[in-house]
Amino acid sequence: MYFDSLHAALDMGGHGFYVWTAYSVTIVMIALVVIAPVLRRRRFLRQLAGQLKRAQVATAENTRGER
Amino acid sequence: MWPIFHKFGSPPWLYAIAGAILRWLLPITLLALVTGMVWGLLFTPSENVQGNSYRIIYIHVPAAVVALAGYYVMALAGAVSLIWRMKMADVAMKAAAPVGAALTFVALFTGAIWGKPTWGTWWVWDARITSMLILLFLYLGVVALYEAFDNKEAAGKACAVLSLVGMVNIPIIYKSVDWWYSLHQGASIKFTGETSIHPSMLYPLLLMIAAFYALFTCALLLNMRAELLQREQRTQWVQKLLSKDVVN
Repeated sequence: MYFDSLHAALDMGGHGFYVWTAYSVTIVMIALVVIAPVLRRRRFLRQLAGQLKRAQVATAENTRGER
Repeated sequence: MWPIFHKFGSPPWLYAIAGAILRWLLPITLLALVTGMVWGLLFTPSENVQGNSYRIIYIHVPAAVVALAGYYVMALAGAVSLIWRMKMADVAMKAAAPVGAALTFVALFTGAIWGKPTWGTWWVWDARITSMLILLFLYLGVVALYEAFDNKEAAGKACAVLSLVGMVNIPIIYKSVDWWYSLHQGASIKFTGETSIHPSMLYPLLLMIAAFYALFTCALLLNMRAELLQREQRTQWVQKLLSKDVVN
């Protein structure tokens, strides 16, 4: 490692605030960019599965009514 | 050539192949990002003039490079959907916009933070920064324009035209540091001629650029999969997919 201690790595010769803020915000943005579409797809799959189930129940009830 | 072209036009094929690619590309991408960040933060020497603030380069430059490359992808997809009415190109264009916006934001934000200890200011209205800000507005414009239309076909056309018109901004961004006086330095990594950056700093930078390209690809594919599912919800292949595995 380039730095002698954890404190030196956090401080970065006085530039720690800038460097660590830049990296933190970048990591948050990367997480957002990856997680948002995954959540959107999952939510949608669940929603569609619910619709499918309701449709199946409705069909089952209809056929029973016809009998 | 044509069979491949036809396959790209097939939503179930695209959905499946995107999923197959993501299964290995996403873990590799995340690993490369973590490796590159740790390398750049802790295992590279500090810079003579700027000290440690220069470490922001390992995220700033890759984000900016890929934000520009992403615009080509979006505009090209827009052109294909306009010319050949290819629906999957429209899906790709819509998927690229938010990713590009996020990367442009990262480039601008890290640039502002880097500017403070290095130039003594968070922001200057120089050509490079201003044209990057316009790039951000173009990406956000495509996202907003798509949402503004109820008719999604009209939305796709309008967005394709907007992204193509926005292409004029791209050479301006590239050439801004040569054409106008700027605080920004010129390119240090060149395909032709001498690269003016030490290997100990160059290798982690190249790794991060590759990782950001991979990140863009992953996010694009993830967005496309979500979008495909939503657009094709009434079709047989989605219904079949649902009956196979409910939530996967």
